[in-house]
Amino acid sequence: MSINRRHFLQGLAAGAASLGAGAVMGPAVARPAKELVPGAVGILYDATQCIGCKACEVACKAANNLPPVENPALDHVYGVEGVWDAPDDLNSRTMNKIKAYPGFDSIDASRADAVLAEPTPDRVKPQDMSFVKRGCMHCVDPDCVSACPVSALTKNPDTGAVQYNPDACIGCRYCQLACPFNIPKFEYDKTFPKIVKCELCSERIAEGGIPACCDACPTGASLFGRVEDLRAEGHRRLAAAPGSSLTYPIHALDSGDNKVATVPEYVQHMYGETETGGTQTLLLADVPFRKLGLPKLGDASRARLSETIQHTLYGGMVMPTLLLGGLIYAVYNNSREERLDGDEASEEPTAEAKASQADVKCEEGRRS
Amino acid sequence: MKTTGEWLNEEIGPRVSDQLEMRGIDRRSFIKLAAAITAAMGLPVGMAGRVMAAIEEESARPAVIWLHFQECTGCTESLLRATHPTLETLILDMVSLDYSETLLAAAGHQAEAALHDSMQANDGRFILVVEGSVPTADHGNFCKIGGQTPQQMLRKIAPHAAAAIAIGSCASWGGVQSAAPNPTGAVGLAEALQLEGITKADGTALPVISLPGCPASPYNFLQTVLYYLTMKQLPELDVKGRPMFAYGRLIHENCERRPHFDAGRFAEEFGDEGHRKGWCLYKLGCKGPETFANCPAIEFGDVGGNTWPVGIGHPCFGCSEQGVGFHKALHEQADVETVTPPSMFPGVATEHGGGATLAAAAVAGAVAGGAAVYALGAHEKLKHAEGTGSAESSRKE
Amino acid sequence: MKERYSPVGGRLLTPQFYFLGVLLAIGAYFIIKRFIFGIGAVSDLSDGFPWGIWITYDVVTGTAIACGGYAMAILVYVFNRGQFHPMIRAALLTSVFGYTLAGASIIVDVGRWWQLYNVFLPWYMNLNSVMLEVALCVTLYTLVLWIELSPAILEAMHANRWLRRLRHVMFIVAGLGLLLPTMHQSSLGSLLIIAGDKVHPLWQTNIIPLLFLLTAITMGYAMVVFESLYASVNLNRPLETALLSKVSAVIPWLLIGYMALRFGDLLLSDKIGYLFRSGIEPYLFAIEMLLLLYAIVKLLDKDERVRPTVLFRAALAVLIGGSLYRFNAFLIAFDPGPGWHYFPAVGEMMITIGIVAFEIMAYLFFVKKTPVLLASPSERAAAGGARRPADQGAKGLNAIARGAGAHPPALPT
Repeated sequence: MSINRRHFLQGLAAGAASLGAGAVMGPAVARPAKELVPGAVGILYDATQCIGCKACEVACKAANNLPPVENPALDHVYGVEGVWDAPDDLNSRTMNKIKAYPGFDSIDASRADAVLAEPTPDRVKPQDMSFVKRGCMHCVDPDCVSACPVSALTKNPDTGAVQYNPDACIGCRYCQLACPFNIPKFEYDKTFPKIVKCELCSERIAEGGIPACCDACPTGASLFGRVEDLRAEGHRRLAAAPGSSLTYPIHALDSGDNKVATVPEYVQHMYGETETGGTQTLLLADVPFRKLGLPKLGDASRARLSETIQHTLYGGMVMPTLLLGGLIYAVYNNSREERLDGDEASEEPTAEAKASQADVKCEEGRRS
Repeated sequence: MKTTGEWLNEEIGPRVSDQLEMRGIDRRSFIKLAAAITAAMGLPVGMAGRVMAAIEEESARPAVIWLHFQECTGCTESLLRATHPTLETLILDMVSLDYSETLLAAAGHQAEAALHDSMQANDGRFILVVEGSVPTADHGNFCKIGGQTPQQMLRKIAPHAAAAIAIGSCASWGGVQSAAPNPTGAVGLAEALQLEGITKADGTALPVISLPGCPASPYNFLQTVLYYLTMKQLPELDVKGRPMFAYGRLIHENCERRPHFDAGRFAEEFGDEGHRKGWCLYKLGCKGPETFANCPAIEFGDVGGNTWPVGIGHPCFGCSEQGVGFHKALHEQADVETVTPPSMFPGVATEHGGGATLAAAAVAGAVAGGAAVYALGAHEKLKHAEGTGSAESSRKE
Repeated sequence: MKERYSPVGGRLLTPQFYFLGVLLAIGAYFIIKRFIFGIGAVSDLSDGFPWGIWITYDVVTGTAIACGGYAMAILVYVFNRGQFHPMIRAALLTSVFGYTLAGASIIVDVGRWWQLYNVFLPWYMNLNSVMLEVALCVTLYTLVLWIELSPAILEAMHANRWLRRLRHVMFIVAGLGLLLPTMHQSSLGSLLIIAGDKVHPLWQTNIIPLLFLLTAITMGYAMVVFESLYASVNLNRPLETALLSKVSAVIPWLLIGYMALRFGDLLLSDKIGYLFRSGIEPYLFAIEMLLLLYAIVKLLDKDERVRPTVLFRAALAVLIGGSLYRFNAFLIAFDPGPGWHYFPAVGEMMITIGIVAFEIMAYLFFVKKTPVLLASPSERAAAGGARRPADQGAKGLNAIARGAGAHPPALPT
């Protein structure tokens, strides 16, 4: 055993131990949480005001030139073909979806028809019934943006919307794995597929407009505005006494259109205020958010942890470079004989060796 | 802004009361009529004053020359039965109907002379209304009025008009005569003008407003005329020259049975339970989803509610839509032009496929089985080698 | 160290080879279908399960299995155990194909494959992404592996000048060949960190990179053992039991370390309770651990690990256990939410099988036609003088079975 090797081994062991210990105990300096961009805009969806008219779905499809989605099961049941745009979930042609929680959990969730039973004289509408609008949450610290290797998903520096660039995208679908809400959808049925998701109507906003869904919503359930203002509006509603009358803005916070409605018994939480580091799409409801299909998430986005671990190990490529140096040194020392051996072996092959090569070839031919 | 009353007293003058008295219509009713017409055109209430002023001014009574080609005269007959305003209001107060083969008292050379005189007196200012299609086969010989084909008449008359209105589906796109095999080569007015290369006298295109329907709703016609008189311009038209206020939406979008469509409640046969309950007639061939018209809104006949085909239980056959009416079979299912969501909702947790199929499980099983067999076989060979090999190595040692 | 490598020789086009060719043809058909009609036409991948067996097996597990070259290089070049040097080339061959075909699987799996080069363009690179590091590292390492294998090809081509040049700089390449897998085998585990609760708590942990790295190295050794035994069984090669038992001695210690870390982490982060909840996950965990435990017990025993059958079973246990660890983390114990299901479709499986078949066919080609495996004793004796080709067939497994007598080649230390 050479002294060089012993020292190297010790160094290697120390390095590995510190790495392991560091990883187990957690990095000393975590990557800081991301903040809202100054001009961050978003949508406040108040499920208590949503009537399930789906004007937002229609408007989204029209604004983004998305084709209708057929539901063969639905068509079969009603004996007609292709008369409805009937997606049963967000998909590669549907960026905005209204779903219904019927008020109890035992409904077979796979049926995309008549989940809500029609009221009859003897059947009262369940108290807990609610709609929910699903679409990209436009996270403050998006996991998809952190995950994408080629920056196909980026956060707009002005609006904070998470946007998609198909020219960069390689279609690896890591964003689908990373998103805690399972939002990015992929065109698995296309030869040249891309990712599809709500991009907060960035073109319309750039021209001074508002997202199509908020524009179409007749009740103000989808409300557009600056995220800080929307959060304040949400808290205003949560603080209002249930049963009292309150003015609700429609379309956008500053649109001037208002309505007056009775304040419902909100669940005292605004979903998206802190979830996964905060999202620019915020939700209010009067049924628990879990029942609406919104996952329970911590205050930090997973991107924060993933980047912290990754940068601890590879930040500045310091550790890899040091390790490489040590490894090259070790290999150099331990392969000296190989290099010398190689010099000898690369001399002119002898006539005998050449003859034996030919013999080998004959033998190969005869082998069965 | 003046009130309607102020406008009447100060701007129009005593002529109004004269006119009103002569016809036995008191001022209050006349104001109400003007307001109703204004609303029917989709104009704001405050414009009622301008509408009334337009009706009042004698100099604003344009001449109208009404031509009939290949038609059934249903559009004129419908107009005769209008009540708000009535036909006499139209032809006595609103327009000067100088030539109409149905309504003209004169006949023969006298009628021809009336046409000729009106054209001369109102050169470049009269409104040409055409009812009926123009036959293009055999040089138009399928239709002759006074020995002249429609093409010849149009060549003489159209260049002197200010604008043209094609009333009814026949004049808009050919109507029933254009049903296959279209032996007369029937086309609508706009196409006929284009085929014949007929323009206004100064070379500019003659604007054509099409009001399809079989028959066209008389109120669409009246509203178009009133719009022109009031605003001195044509109403907003779509790409086919139809006024947007009447033809801007699909029947499907205005239909009172739409909730039944959205909820999947269809009548399957005439007289079945669904039909009697007033359910959607899509499966019986209703062409509402691909027909642009305002029938559900203004209905027909002024006899109360639901007086339109779907309302009384028969599917719309798309009489106003080229390619649908007189073309598609009555009970052929329509193409839904704007596909919108149904009234059903998916649950919050949607089931997606992707689970194991029989074939996949079989392949997976075969792979696992094959690998296991191979591994066992290799293991056996090694065991055999081990048995003899260990004997060898123990001998060596 | 005067080693002589030589092609094994023998017929390439055996019935086995033809069967593999059929599997390859079926796989090729589905690959063409995938490129014409889209990923959904051949697979069960969905928005909830964007990664299926192509990623989980072909890339994640396949590269771990292909860590033989890396694992042997650690022994030979870091710990200076030159006695294992003759085994490196064979290990390298498996590694080369494992990684190259993982790359091919990536091209099949990614949706916008025509823009795959975007990962190399600095203006697109996202340095926060674990995926970027994996992609760059794996690509570079594949190149490194081909360079490390090239002496075998150059020797077959008798390109001696190139050989000499290469041997002088090989230490740098080998250094990279030790660094790069350390980076990306751990990062393959780090890929899952961002998935959060989608990965079951028994597998989701901050130390996942370390656990993936340890299992990858262990699987590398297991694959070296397995591949050597495979060559003995199928290619009439002599058994290298003595060497293998020394190599496999490393495995139990790595596994003990891994298990200590795994259980320690579960205890420290209060997740040990998940072992006793309902569901299949505790059983999956148990199967993983039992397989590895079996290998630990057998390979700690000096007398057991000289037996080829024990080596075979233990190596298989490690490979299956390590693969199951990866399958569990990425696929089986992965829950994106209610309503999502995944089981590989027939086309998906046939593509993977076709790729593996190609791997084996390529291995056979290289081993039979290029000097990858160590020359048998008679050939090495002939290097200094006459050659006795007839003896090549006499040695080997069958010869042992006939009691003709053989011993593992005596190797210089």
